[in-house]
Amino acid sequence: MAERATAQKRGRTRSSAATTSSPKKNSAPDLATLSRDEELKAYRDMLLIRRFEEKAGQLYGMGLIGGFCHLYIGQEAVVVGMQMCVKDGVDQVITGYRDHGHMLATGMDPKGVMAELTGRAGGYSKGKGGSMHMFSREKQFFGGHGIVGAQVSLGTGLAFANKYRGQDTVTLAYFGDGAANQGQVYESFNMAELWKLPVIYIIENNKYAMGTAVNRASAQTDFSKRGLSFAIPGEQVDGMDVRAVKAAGERAVKWCREGNGPYILEMQTYRYRGHSMSDPAKYRSKDEVQKMRTDHDPIEQVRLRLIENEWAGEDDLKAIDKDVRAIVAESADFATVDPEPDVAELWTDILK
Amino acid sequence: MTSLRYAEALNRALREEMTRDPMVWLFGEDIATYGGVFKVTKDLLGEFGPGRVRDTPISEQTLTAMAVTAAMAGTRPVLEIMYADFLPLSIDALVNQAGVFDYIWGGQVSIPMVLRTQGGGGAGAGAQHSKSLDAFVAHIPGLKVVAPATPADAYGLLKAAIRDPNPVIVLEHKLLYNLRGEVPEDGGLIEIGRARTAREGRDVSIFATSRMVHLSLEAAEKLAAEGIEAEVIDLRSLRPLDVGAIVASVAKTHHAVVVNEGWRFCGYGAELSATIMEQAFDDLDAPVERVGAMDVAIPYSEPLEKTVLPDVEAIMAAVRRARR
Ligand SMILES: Cc1ncc(C[n+]2csc(CCOP(=O)(O)OP(=O)(O)O)c2C)c(N)n1
Ligand SMILES: [Mg+2]
Repeated sequence: MAERATAQKRGRTRSSAATTSSPKKNSAPDLATLSRDEELKAYRDMLLIRRFEEKAGQLYGMGLIGGFCHLYIGQEAVVVGMQMCVKDGVDQVITGYRDHGHMLATGMDPKGVMAELTGRAGGYSKGKGGSMHMFSREKQFFGGHGIVGAQVSLGTGLAFANKYRGQDTVTLAYFGDGAANQGQVYESFNMAELWKLPVIYIIENNKYAMGTAVNRASAQTDFSKRGLSFAIPGEQVDGMDVRAVKAAGERAVKWCREGNGPYILEMQTYRYRGHSMSDPAKYRSKDEVQKMRTDHDPIEQVRLRLIENEWAGEDDLKAIDKDVRAIVAESADFATVDPEPDVAELWTDILK
Repeated sequence: MTSLRYAEALNRALREEMTRDPMVWLFGEDIATYGGVFKVTKDLLGEFGPGRVRDTPISEQTLTAMAVTAAMAGTRPVLEIMYADFLPLSIDALVNQAGVFDYIWGGQVSIPMVLRTQGGGGAGAGAQHSKSLDAFVAHIPGLKVVAPATPADAYGLLKAAIRDPNPVIVLEHKLLYNLRGEVPEDGGLIEIGRARTAREGRDVSIFATSRMVHLSLEAAEKLAAEGIEAEVIDLRSLRPLDVGAIVASVAKTHHAVVVNEGWRFCGYGAELSATIMEQAFDDLDAPVERVGAMDVAIPYSEPLEKTVLPDVEAIMAAVRRARR
C-alpha cells in the first residue's frame, strides 16, 4: 500500500526537457554534475558511436553492408548517459533494430559489431544475424530486435527473472515513439508494476517512426505519461544532454534497485539520418534537421563544456578523435577482410 | 495493354477500386504520407484524402481486428501489413475471428476485408524481415489467399480480392515490386482460385508460387536444353487451390515438382505434395519432389541466405530427380 502511494506520488510526471513545448515552470534544470573524467568519457563514448555509424553508412554505400542499416546518429547521449548509471556487464540492455550505439555503449567490441554488419564469420552472430540481431551475454546485451515493440515484453521477462532469482539487476528496455503504440507495451507496463519488476522503460522519442511524425500516430505525445494509469512514474528528459539523461537515469535506477518496480523515461531526442539507409527522409525539412544539429548536438554540447571549463584543449579533443577513428578504422578493416561464414554454419545453433 | 511494374499494377488496382466504390479505404503503417515502404500506395493520399488513406500507429494486432469488424459493418478495408514476418501479430484476428465468424454465426455476416503484405527473402533483410509465411495463412479455413507473380495478376487479383465478400490475404513479394509486365487495359478481374499455365510442357509439371514461378520458368528454359520439357503452373491462388488444374497437368506429364519459398517442414509445398498424392496418384510415374527453404531462420549473410532459399539449381535438381 505504502509502495503504491509513493508510486502514485512519483507517478506525476516531471520534465527536464529543453526540447518540449511546455517544460514545467518549476522544474529546476535537472542536470547531473559531471566530473572532468566523466565529461571526457561521455565525449569519447558518444564520439565512438558517431564515427562508427558514419563508417557503417560508408560501408553500406560501398555495398559491403546489405539489407537494413539503421543509424543512431544524433541519439548518442541517451545510451551513453544511461550506461553511466548502471553496472557494465551486470545490468541488462535490450533494444530494437537501431542498436549499434547500444552495443558500443555496453562495451561490445566494435570489430565484432562491424563484422556482423558486413555478415562475416567474426561478427557477433557469425554473420547469421546482421545489423538488427546481435547479442552478448558477457555485456548483458539482449538484442537487437526487428519486431517493433517485442523488446518491451522481452525486457519485462528479463526483469521478471532477475527478481525471481533475487538478483539486484536492472533491465533497460529501450524502444521508440512508434513502438510505444504497440499493445504489448501496455501489457508489459501492467505486469511490471503489478509485480514490481526492476525494469526501466526508455522511450527514445526521436520524433518520427519511419516517415510518421509523432503527433500523427500518437494521441498522447507526452510519453512519460504513458504509464500513469498503472502508477508507473515517468519523466520527460532532454535526451540530447547527457547530463539530463544521467540525472534522470540515476533516479530511475535507484527506484528500481530499491524494489519499487518499473520506471519510464521519455528521452526527447532526434535522429539526424533517415530511418534506414534507404530512406531519403522527405517527410521533414532540412531546416528542422539542421536546427537540431546546430542547437542541440549531444557531442558538441560536451565539447563546448570541456573547452569552456578548460578541462580539455583542442589538441586533447583531436587526440580523442584520432583514437576513436583508429578504433573504427580497425573495425572496418576487420569487417572487410574477415571471411564470410562457412556454409556448414547453416545447420548450427538451431536447437540445444 | 500497358507495361507496368508490379508495384504500379497494385497501385492502379487500388486507385480504380477506390474510385469505383467509396466504401473502399486503405490503412497501414506509412502508407499515406510516405506512400508505403514499397510505394504501392504512392499518391493515393493526395487523390483520396486522409479519410480514405490512413497512416496508422504501429499496432498490427488491433489493426487487423479492426479490419474484420469494419468490413463486417459495411466498409471495405484494405490493410497493409508491412512485412509478412509481422503476420503472427495479425493471426489471432485471422484465425479466431475473420475465418470463423461467417461459419459460427450461421452465415449472417460477410467480411470483405483485404490484408496485403509482402514476404520473401533475397534482400539481406535478416531473420525477422525475410520469411514466407504462406502456410500460416493458407492453413486457415474461411480465408482466401492469393500470391500474384506478375503485374497482370497483381492487378487482377487485388481487384478481385477487394470485391470479394470474404477475407482475402494478398501475399506480395519484395523482389517482385520492380518486375515489369503487360497489364490489360480492360480492368479485368482475375478469378480467385484459378491457376495459370505459365509454360506448357510434356515431361514434368512444376507447381510454383509467387517469385518461385520465375525461377521455375528459368529452370524450365535450361532444362529444355537437356531435352526435358517442363510445364510451369503458377498457382496464383493458394486457397482455394485449383486442384483441377493440378490434376490435369499431372495427367499430362506424370511427374510433379512443387516449389514454394517457405520452409519445407509443414510448409505450403507439403500441402501441394499431399494433394497431388491424394488426387493424382494413379497418374504419377514417380514420387512428388518438393523444393522449399531450408528449415532454418533466414540468415543475414548473403552466401548463407542464398543457400537457404530455393534457387534455379535446386528446381532443376528436383526435376531431374523426378524424372530419374
Ligand atoms: C511489428 C512491426 N511492425 C512494423 C515494423 C516496421 N517498422 C520498423 S521500424 C518502424 C518505425 C519504428 O519507429 P520508432 O519506434 O519510433 O523507432 P525509431 O526507428 O524512430 O528508432 C516500423 C514501422 C516492424 N519492424 N515490426
Ligand atoms: Mg522514433
